[in-house]
Amino acid sequence: MENKEKTEKKEKKEKIPRQAMPEQDPKERIHNFDEVPYGYNAELAMMEAKRCIQCKKPSCVAGCPVDVKIPEFIKLIAEGKFIEAAWKLKETNALPAVCGRVCPQEDQCEKVCILGKKDEPVAVGRLERFAADFEQDSGNIVIPEKESPTGKKIAVVGAGPAGLTIAGDLIKLGHEVTIFEALHKAGGVLIYGIPEFRLPKAIVDAEVNYLEKLGVKIVRNAAIGRLKTVDDLFAEGFHAVFLGVGAGAPVFMNIPGENLSGIYSANEYLTRSNLMKAYLFPEFDTPIVRGKNVAVIGGGNVAMDSVRTALRLGADNAYIIYRRTEVEMPARIEEVHHAKEEGVQFKLLHAPVEYIGDENGWVRQMKCIRMELGEPDASGRRSPIPIKGSEFIIDVDTVVVAIGTMANPVIQATTPGLEVNKRGYIVTKGETGETTREGVYAGGDIVTGSATVILAMGAGRQAAKAIHEHVMAKG
Amino acid sequence: MFKIVEKSFLQDIVVRMVIEAPEVARKRKPGQFIVLMIDEQGERIPLTIVDSDSEKGTLTIIFQIVGKTTAKLADMKVGDHILHVLGPLGHATEISNFGTAVVVGGGVGIGVAYPIAAALKKAGNKVISIIGARTKDILILEDEMKNVSDRLLVATDDGSYGFHGFVSAVLQNLIDSGEKIDIVFAIGPVPMMRVIANLTKPYGLKTIVSLNPIMVDATGMCGACRVAVGGKTKFGCVDGPEFDGHEVDFGLLMSRLRTYADQEKQAMENYRCESHGK
Repeated sequence: MENKEKTEKKEKKEKIPRQAMPEQDPKERIHNFDEVPYGYNAELAMMEAKRCIQCKKPSCVAGCPVDVKIPEFIKLIAEGKFIEAAWKLKETNALPAVCGRVCPQEDQCEKVCILGKKDEPVAVGRLERFAADFEQDSGNIVIPEKESPTGKKIAVVGAGPAGLTIAGDLIKLGHEVTIFEALHKAGGVLIYGIPEFRLPKAIVDAEVNYLEKLGVKIVRNAAIGRLKTVDDLFAEGFHAVFLGVGAGAPVFMNIPGENLSGIYSANEYLTRSNLMKAYLFPEFDTPIVRGKNVAVIGGGNVAMDSVRTALRLGADNAYIIYRRTEVEMPARIEEVHHAKEEGVQFKLLHAPVEYIGDENGWVRQMKCIRMELGEPDASGRRSPIPIKGSEFIIDVDTVVVAIGTMANPVIQATTPGLEVNKRGYIVTKGETGETTREGVYAGGDIVTGSATVILAMGAGRQAAKAIHEHVMAKG
Repeated sequence: MFKIVEKSFLQDIVVRMVIEAPEVARKRKPGQFIVLMIDEQGERIPLTIVDSDSEKGTLTIIFQIVGKTTAKLADMKVGDHILHVLGPLGHATEISNFGTAVVVGGGVGIGVAYPIAAALKKAGNKVISIIGARTKDILILEDEMKNVSDRLLVATDDGSYGFHGFVSAVLQNLIDSGEKIDIVFAIGPVPMMRVIANLTKPYGLKTIVSLNPIMVDATGMCGACRVAVGGKTKFGCVDGPEFDGHEVDFGLLMSRLRTYADQEKQAMENYRCESHGK
């Protein structure tokens, strides 16, 4: 009897379908930079939250790089305690409004959700976004209690996801935290890379603002390695330094014609549009090429961001040129889906081999070659092999190269004793982020190579613990 | 916020400005540059640091009005603040005692040539400077250059002052006169640097040029400033700004500098209309 009731109860819960998030019509949204999904309203959020069966041993938490207390915050939403849900999130995640939008939940918490075995998983990301937005909209932002001052000073280099997370953790432990950011705005890739239509900059500003309210000092326009070295920071009295500078340098293919005008790295294209607001030119002073036939090379999230930006800048034809098939594409399914809805043309199993310019040095055409898939390579993905004689020409006036990034060498070159691997990434001991220089820690893309926002945040979280132990042990 | 503490017009469209930026001033070495952004709507533009005073905590820049941002900067007054200044960026000039160094500066490039000439002089070189401008009225920093040079040669395109012709002809004469030259630094408009590099190449005369490609972040992140040097792609901001002039693809540099010519013109016209309206 008892068992039967339990089963019935469970079945009843599973009957609520996963709630879709309302979003802008694709035909409308390709003409603006407003955020695509509107987010849940209270009713949808509570409905979705009720789907969670509150597992005793939640595998979703284990699937989260920053150990968000997922069932607990979802329970609070189901009970209508939205602000409390946001506070619960903030206990372990300094940037919930960001993570709710850009985390690859389908590979993390939602991937291991027990409901996903038979049905669709609980929409953890959408709920996280709902609670975080609710708090920001309410203006009822509570500054948590900090531990009593330790007298320790920590320097964080880079105000991206790793740096912001570690700053939030360390300030709460009572340390004095200063972030040094090379750009004029804090947020790193959240500000310069991810477009407004996927992550509104007001959300990032609010999260940065919150950290400043907590007492984190942010020094902008400070390029460490040039203005000051890591040694200078120690000389100024910092007890530990965290390097979260990202993998900032763009990778090009080194094929003929790649330096023609109209050919961008994704970093430049997105920085112009997002950080410098070139999509609002001439109201903002930074220009950007508004191409009619735009080819984006690559199949990751950055490629999707670039190609969808190109559409919004008025492209008639926006292509994704990717050398493998959709199965191997590293972009999130949702991003690919949105790009297709918006009319992006996917040219799969294609690779550029040469760019052809006009007499003024402008790109006009791109010579592509068709590919076929061979044996799996080191990454486990089947490697693309060019098909001889299959070259053909596509007319293009703008190209965005989005095939990845690599380490920027400035800090490594100016920090003696800091070991880097042969690709220029900083070598760390295990998960603590400890480098070969005492008191210097690193995390995020500068250690792993380009990865996700949440993995960088996870690295920041781990390093925060290690730095705390290190500076406290020194007395 | 970075306060403007001095401003003067060296000529109609060339402005000298002194800005408070104490930390940058302390670190800066000759050859390095800053990126500045005037206001929230502004663009980021690179400008070479002409001089710095670490005690006063100031930087000197010299710029020519070429577009909206430089026009707007030129309209700012002493006491006004520039929103963002980032620096010092790029590699410093590699200075040593080469022997005899020739420093060629053209137009507003003389502003960049000046700190290099001064550093070369300080390092014990015999410094021969050649500066040039279109006409006498727009020649800048003549006295300053004279003070840091063993010899100063001046050229104007129209012959209104000094040698009648280009700085390249002056350099050619110098070479022909049998002067033993160990190194040449050439800073000025791209066509001038190209001509100088082409001139010195047959003599195997090492020639360093300082490039001014378009930049955005200027920290090695975006690649807007890519230049081809010896057939390889380099970033002007972190690999430069100085390169071996014999290896630079100047044609590519010139075409990339023209990428936004239309938008720049539009922005400048809008700005002129707005400021006239006021």
